[in-house]
Amino acid sequence: MTATGRPLVEVRNLAKHFPITDGVLGPIKAGVVKAVDDVSFDVISGETLGIVGEAGCGKSTTARLIGRLLEPTDGEVRFEGEDITKRKGAALKALRREMQMIFADPRASLNPRRTIGSTIAEPFAIHGLEPTEAARKQRVRELMDRVGLNPEDCNRYPHELSGGEHQLVGVARALALGPKLLVADEPVAALDVSIQAQVLNLLRRLQSDLGLTIIFITRDLSVVRYTCDRVAVMYLGKLVELAAGEVLLGFPRHPYTGALLSALPVPVPDPLGVHRKRELLSGEEPSPADPPSGCRFHTRCPKAQPLCSENEPPLVDKGGGAVAACHYPLTREEAEACSPLAAP
Amino acid sequence: MSEPLLNVENLRVVFNTDSGNVHAVDGVSYAVNPGSTLAIVGESGSGNSVAALTTLGLTRGERTEVSGRILFEGRDLLALPDRELREIRGNEIAMIFEDPLSSLHPVDTVGHQVMETILAHRAVSKAAARDRAIDLLERVGIPDSHRWVEAYPHEFSAGMRQRVMIAIALANEPKLLIADQPTAMLDVTAQAQILALLEELQQQLRMAMIIITHDLGVVAEMADEVAVMYAGRIIERGSTEQIFAAPQHPYTWGLLKSVPRLETSRSEELVPIPGRPPSLIDRPSGCYFHPRCPYVRDQHRRVDPRLQPVPEAPGHVVACLLLPPERKRLWEGLEAGRTPEELRDSQ
Repeated sequence: MTATGRPLVEVRNLAKHFPITDGVLGPIKAGVVKAVDDVSFDVISGETLGIVGEAGCGKSTTARLIGRLLEPTDGEVRFEGEDITKRKGAALKALRREMQMIFADPRASLNPRRTIGSTIAEPFAIHGLEPTEAARKQRVRELMDRVGLNPEDCNRYPHELSGGEHQLVGVARALALGPKLLVADEPVAALDVSIQAQVLNLLRRLQSDLGLTIIFITRDLSVVRYTCDRVAVMYLGKLVELAAGEVLLGFPRHPYTGALLSALPVPVPDPLGVHRKRELLSGEEPSPADPPSGCRFHTRCPKAQPLCSENEPPLVDKGGGAVAACHYPLTREEAEACSPLAAP
Repeated sequence: MSEPLLNVENLRVVFNTDSGNVHAVDGVSYAVNPGSTLAIVGESGSGNSVAALTTLGLTRGERTEVSGRILFEGRDLLALPDRELREIRGNEIAMIFEDPLSSLHPVDTVGHQVMETILAHRAVSKAAARDRAIDLLERVGIPDSHRWVEAYPHEFSAGMRQRVMIAIALANEPKLLIADQPTAMLDVTAQAQILALLEELQQQLRMAMIIITHDLGVVAEMADEVAVMYAGRIIERGSTEQIFAAPQHPYTWGLLKSVPRLETSRSEELVPIPGRPPSLIDRPSGCYFHPRCPYVRDQHRRVDPRLQPVPEAPGHVVACLLLPPERKRLWEGLEAGRTPEELRDSQ
């Protein structure tokens, strides 16, 4: 799927800087962490957009900025064409009906002293919907059924459920108000392998049944082809590549995307290690408080040239439906060398 | 074939809790040869970590009942007094854990923590131990290690902390390293670095490894042999090639088919394993997997399967009551993209 169709969300030059404070007698501003720095992209109505990157790349901050859980330092987030970054009060509350989030740690996002039925019904109470008890109960049962929970379990407490079921409760609660956009922040990272599939299958089914638009945050590239239409890759607060899932995995253009693919352990035994030459990144991710000049990846990039430390590469079309921010993008040969899919 | 370095025989670990007896490990046997890697795969609560912790005597306690034998170079670790076990632990057998931050002492320098392990087992001077600590940190890939030796754990990234843990584990050149989900908390690029480091060190030291993980990618990359655990038991064991090419147990199939792979496309459907792992206090009758098994028959609810050799696959054993030709048909069907329901109905 390519980037055609009406954008539901337009992110423009979005930035979030967190101050670092120091000092014994009181906070002194010691610097800023540029968690998200000048990021722009669209989310097309009805698609699943993946945002991939490692810890500290700014993917969750981006999700929280879009979900208005954080205020941006700069830039705009337009939802259905309207900037939502300045919304307050009733206008913000109305926005919450349109977009909902689910989180990585499903148990921590449930109140342990509330039954799951009352957790799922809470959005109705907050927004003054479904005033009668009977109607609310009926809706809760429908929601539980839709996500694959047994409606009979509505009087149970979170500790009586498994980790996978916790996440299903999170999804049911997020769907209660019929949102257009669901922001899923690493929804299966904390789940055991056998139940990840339940949640991933559900998200996909919801998208086709309800026409939901999903932003799927993950650190695991192996799930993106299955879950996402398009994938954005972030590194140190910057968007470095954006392409359709198939394109990104088949022919990554940014050397960082290539390195992520190359690092992925693949469940196909390779006793002699002949199929794949691993391109291991050397060193550590630099601090986002003091990012490298020019291209932020140049300190670890196998293809870095002097230009890379001087000029920041713009995000431009590299052909084949991919945009990437790189002066010296991977050639097809280099891309194949790091992609496990190219292994014979 | 050489004599195994570690031989676990019919290990049982029962925790006596207020809610009842938890049968965490229920008759587990495996062997690890010098220089080879065994992966123990299973979901949380399947007993894989408890089996490993018991090897090091870390589950000893008033309310724990342990039986069976754990032979390390012929000595039964279960029979050793604490004092003698301490001489082996951190010396001949070392362990690294999932969360390096909570395994390191927060207000002690990493250099001192490496030295401590050396001084506990070697009669060397502090200066010599410090030099060795610097060497070890260098060897696990910490640059400028003479400077970092004075640093505290909070000054390191997660990947670097795991390198420190590995330096501590390798301080006395152990013969066996037990790695309990060593990369579960790391990003893929740090994970790739750590796995490469472990492989390299293993070759240099001819060290055996037990890796506990549920990441099948890590298994394929690292292991020579794989043991799949479910509800405190090993339900399938074989070489890595056997387990990936011709897995025999429906639970193993579930693990392989429920995880999206890089090549899984948008049009395919993942096959979740229905239900959840059983309580280890009140275990199911018959085959422990029967409440979740899509191919269950009446007999499976009554008969408890034992590990049996897989025909024409030396070293491959499975505890499943389905007959070998039936298992072959089911796995081939799953590989061809058919669902468990379709396969069950066509039998």
